[in-house]
Amino acid sequence: MTSEFISEQFDPGSLKKNTKDPRTLFGLIMSGIAGTFMVMAIIPLIIILLYLLIQGISSISPSVFIELPPPPMVEGGGFGNALLGTVIMVSIGALISVPIGILAAIFLSEYSGGQIANWIRFATNVLSGVPSIIIGVFAFGAIVLTFKTYSAWAGGFALSILMLPIIIRTTEEALKLVPQEVRQASVGIGANDFQTVLFVVMPAAIPAILTGVTLAIARAAGDTAALLFTALFTQFWPNWENKLAEPTASLAVLVYNFAIVPFKNQQALAWAAAFILVLLVLLTSIISRLATSKRQF
Amino acid sequence: MTSISERRLEQRPPLEKIMDTVFLWAARISALAIAGVLIWIITLVFIQALPAIGQFGLGFLFKSTWNPVRDEYGILTPIYGTIVSSLIALLISVPIGLGVSIVLSEDYLPTQIQRILVFLVELLAAIPSVVYGLWGVFVLIPFLREITPLKGPSMLPAALILSVMILPTISAIARDALINVDIGVRQAAVGLGATRWETILLVILPAASSGIIGGIMLALGRALGETMAVTMLIGNSNQLNVSLFQPSNTISSLLANQFAEASGLQVSALMYAALVLAIITLVVNMLAQIVVTQLQKI
Amino acid sequence: MLSSEDTINQTQAVLNAENVDIYYGDFLALKGIYMEIPKNKVTAFIGPSGCGKSTLLRCYNRLNDLIPVFKLNGKITYHGQNLYDQDVDPVQVRRRIGMVFQKPNPFPKSIYENITFGAKINGFKGDFDQLVEESLRGAALWEEVKDKLKQNGMSISGGQQQRLCIARTIALKPDVILMDEPCAALDPISTLKVEELIHQLKEEYTIIIVTHNMQQAARVADYTGFFNVRVTEEGKRQGYLAEHDLTEVIFQNPKEEATKQYVSGRFG
Ligand SMILES: Nc1ncnc2c1ncn2[C@@H]1O[C@H](COP(=O)(O)OP(=O)(O)OP(=O)(O)O)[C@@H](O)[C@H]1O
Ligand SMILES: [Mg+2]
Repeated sequence: MTSEFISEQFDPGSLKKNTKDPRTLFGLIMSGIAGTFMVMAIIPLIIILLYLLIQGISSISPSVFIELPPPPMVEGGGFGNALLGTVIMVSIGALISVPIGILAAIFLSEYSGGQIANWIRFATNVLSGVPSIIIGVFAFGAIVLTFKTYSAWAGGFALSILMLPIIIRTTEEALKLVPQEVRQASVGIGANDFQTVLFVVMPAAIPAILTGVTLAIARAAGDTAALLFTALFTQFWPNWENKLAEPTASLAVLVYNFAIVPFKNQQALAWAAAFILVLLVLLTSIISRLATSKRQF
Repeated sequence: MTSISERRLEQRPPLEKIMDTVFLWAARISALAIAGVLIWIITLVFIQALPAIGQFGLGFLFKSTWNPVRDEYGILTPIYGTIVSSLIALLISVPIGLGVSIVLSEDYLPTQIQRILVFLVELLAAIPSVVYGLWGVFVLIPFLREITPLKGPSMLPAALILSVMILPTISAIARDALINVDIGVRQAAVGLGATRWETILLVILPAASSGIIGGIMLALGRALGETMAVTMLIGNSNQLNVSLFQPSNTISSLLANQFAEASGLQVSALMYAALVLAIITLVVNMLAQIVVTQLQKI
Repeated sequence: MLSSEDTINQTQAVLNAENVDIYYGDFLALKGIYMEIPKNKVTAFIGPSGCGKSTLLRCYNRLNDLIPVFKLNGKITYHGQNLYDQDVDPVQVRRRIGMVFQKPNPFPKSIYENITFGAKINGFKGDFDQLVEESLRGAALWEEVKDKLKQNGMSISGGQQQRLCIARTIALKPDVILMDEPCAALDPISTLKVEELIHQLKEEYTIIIVTHNMQQAARVADYTGFFNVRVTEEGKRQGYLAEHDLTEVIFQNPKEEATKQYVSGRFG
């Protein structure tokens, strides 16, 4: 065989590193580019967080949490009604999506292994990819047009659809992590199916499920497009007498409305509200990190 | 006296049996509700769009007028804006996202630092769209005005922000795909004297390609439907403009801007636009899901 | 530790381990290895599971560099050059010291591209078709795959895949070939083919083969190293080279009691 690579006389020096070797150089350059890209990806995050911190903190005072939005050019005021509206609508969303989501996940992990489960999983993933503006349009058609009024209910309904896929996915993953022996042990002592699931499997998965619910809540609280024409916005407090069936303010829509007005005082409130939203996201992300790193099993 | 074995064979209390059935059906119905919601969304939007579909037909997609006074509607500009802004965003975030996924899947950094960086990149995905929009309005646009011919809200800042927003989708899924490439294949390449980058480019990336493509498609789906940040930065003009420094529009920002004040045929036209967007994103997402699940099967 | 030293020293040593300790993090996996690998011979590594055979094997072409916690003390020389010198390029080392793995690991590319991969990255200028044919013939695979060179390398049988991996390695014309349990995933007939192949290959290459199959070691190896594990005072398992000699000696007349027990299957 002819040897194209190696001379008969082996030269140990040829094992040495050679920084001028095009292959080595190419590797160095590529590593440099990849590293630069890594930095470029993190920079926006840092800048955004910094701005939020600076602008947000300087605009926040205790009164912003309890007062109503101010008219243009009037100092003071706050977003108490928007905060309350967000809490109300996210709660409505959670009340709808948590039970349905958990039940659906139980179906996926406990009752079905077949083709149906795959289809449901597929639908869940596709649903999570539906833009929130489309969900807003849908909720507008389904609730606002039907009841002929914007309402916290319509907003909460839209948010529940956003939250569903997140809850299903995290719950199913949590349930799957519960070892099969736990189920067998329960069935072995004569428990019924629903007893096994509710009293044995679920409790073991609760921390991870709660994490999923928290993530879903954070996601819903920050979503604007789904509320834009379902809950709309208002300068006033949510109206309990009217059973919330009227336009309702939210933090997310407040950020949008006040970001595009030319009035400094309202812009400051937008920054403050954005700061609160991102704080929520940060906290839930960190909590979910800690929770998933300390799994029960 | 009943013996133990007899007692075991006793009938379960009827209530428990009923509970079992009820619970099973509740779970079943909830699961089917997910698919139901998807179908409900499409049907409802379709029915609401029917008047506009009847009025404008497919010509709706190729006209760039949007005139509520004369009730003439077409979404050529928003379609153009949606596609162009998404493609520019991909153009930026695909290489950067791949770079990030490579850095975070190779052994460049200690695991601790790697974990923190993974967390930070994920955080980019968690920040609400409207916050990106706010930041874009007050920081990005003023900055771009200093260094480009840009005058105000327009295509460029919208596409830039979009690229930041979809970056985590690409890098997270690409990283998963890279990490899941069989270690044996890497060892084989390295064992044959390939350098790190020869291994990455010639072996690892091709082996992970379906996952990476799936991630890019999911990111595309996200970009196409992204609303708030784009609405706040793109300028919302229905004039068809090729320049990146001119205002433009996307389907989602058209919806965000007009829905609350619309009435009559305009609502139906907006529903038609929503239907178009829903179908585009559904198709992109389904294809992405199929590509990604295909990957998980291997 | 080395017995029959004269016989080993008569042939030229290609690889030489001098007082090598190998760590994974704080864990000392192999301790105090002195070992010479003679040129154009087949050396078999045998020993109980976990004694560090693969670990040492992977040190010879610096494949352990892929493991972040890996650390080596001591010296492994290749033609007199210390492989672990600061200025040695592991890529160059692996070019000359090829490796075949326990699990066949062809690239998810065509058979043809599997063979040309190494040549391409190493700047081979010759005739690729000829290289592919030569290498596949060299690995006794040519007749079986010559009509399906464009097929994916993963689509052929496990035994064929393993010979493809060997062909891929010899396409680089290396100096040494390391084989880590190359027949562990193969059926008896494929195993036989690979063993025949090893016999042919030692004309041109220095070969080290890790195996759990005593008969295989006896059949293919000129020299055999027996590795063993001892449990340290802290209760940690530590590998060491118990005996290294001509294969006949190891199998028929070993110096160590442990070796005798191991090769006769009474180990435990
Ligand atoms: N990547 C690694 N990280 C940490 N420890 C390792 C690693 N690889 C191997 N070890 C440890 O080093 C010791 C030797 O392992 P090695 O794989 O070399 O044994 P072996 O002799 O090849 O065994 P086998 O016959 O089962 O293949 C074992 O205790 C093993 O647990
Ligand atoms: Mg081994």
